[in-house]
Amino acid sequence: MIWQIELIIYLLLIASAILALKVKDLLASVVALSVYSFGSAFLFAVLGAVDVGFTEAVVGAGITGVLFLAALYHTTRKSRD
Amino acid sequence: MVQKSKSIIVALVSRFMVPFIQLFAMYVIAHGHYSPGGGFQGGALLGASILLLRLTVGEQPSNLVFHTKYGTQISGFGVFIYAAVGVAAIIGGGLYLDYASLPIAGIEPAKLRSIGILLVEIGVGIGVMATMIAIFDDLARGHFHD
Repeated sequence: MIWQIELIIYLLLIASAILALKVKDLLASVVALSVYSFGSAFLFAVLGAVDVGFTEAVVGAGITGVLFLAALYHTTRKSRD
Repeated sequence: MVQKSKSIIVALVSRFMVPFIQLFAMYVIAHGHYSPGGGFQGGALLGASILLLRLTVGEQPSNLVFHTKYGTQISGFGVFIYAAVGVAAIIGGGLYLDYASLPIAGIEPAKLRSIGILLVEIGVGIGVMATMIAIFDDLARGHFHD
């Protein structure tokens, strides 16, 4: 596969993972985690595991984002640590 | 507080998209045994389409599509389809989930395996869809404001 595409996806993964850990707003953290899941789904598809990438895109970027949002309504929106 | 979106654009676009998401999910379930996808992915897509309705148009209109109180029952029904195909294979004289010995007369074993895996995919899809929606409904209970 074209190595430039994989390099861009790896950089996107690292940036979104660091953003999800560092940001104080938990809603933005959930969105960054969805971006991470979608980037890893791209990476799986590029590496040839289309089935794993499909599952990652549906579950990681779709369902768990919504479930994290629903769990977020039970807590506060800002993290205090 | 889970409340419906105030923007009419968000509500209209999501209502327009939901049938296409569900059509694609049924395509994924029906073609799961010879292309990427399957019961789990199609069921998760169906659940995500209902969750999109829950988040954008509110709880009462989305109850017309999938009611809150039926989540656990329908997921149990999906597991029942899966287990019933397996037990039907036992009744036909084979092992559990041995599709070639399903008690349907007049079909050769290769075609019978294809039908059996399709029935199992449908059961898994129904179960995953209802379980995803039931988890969200339990998390968001008491937080809906229409």
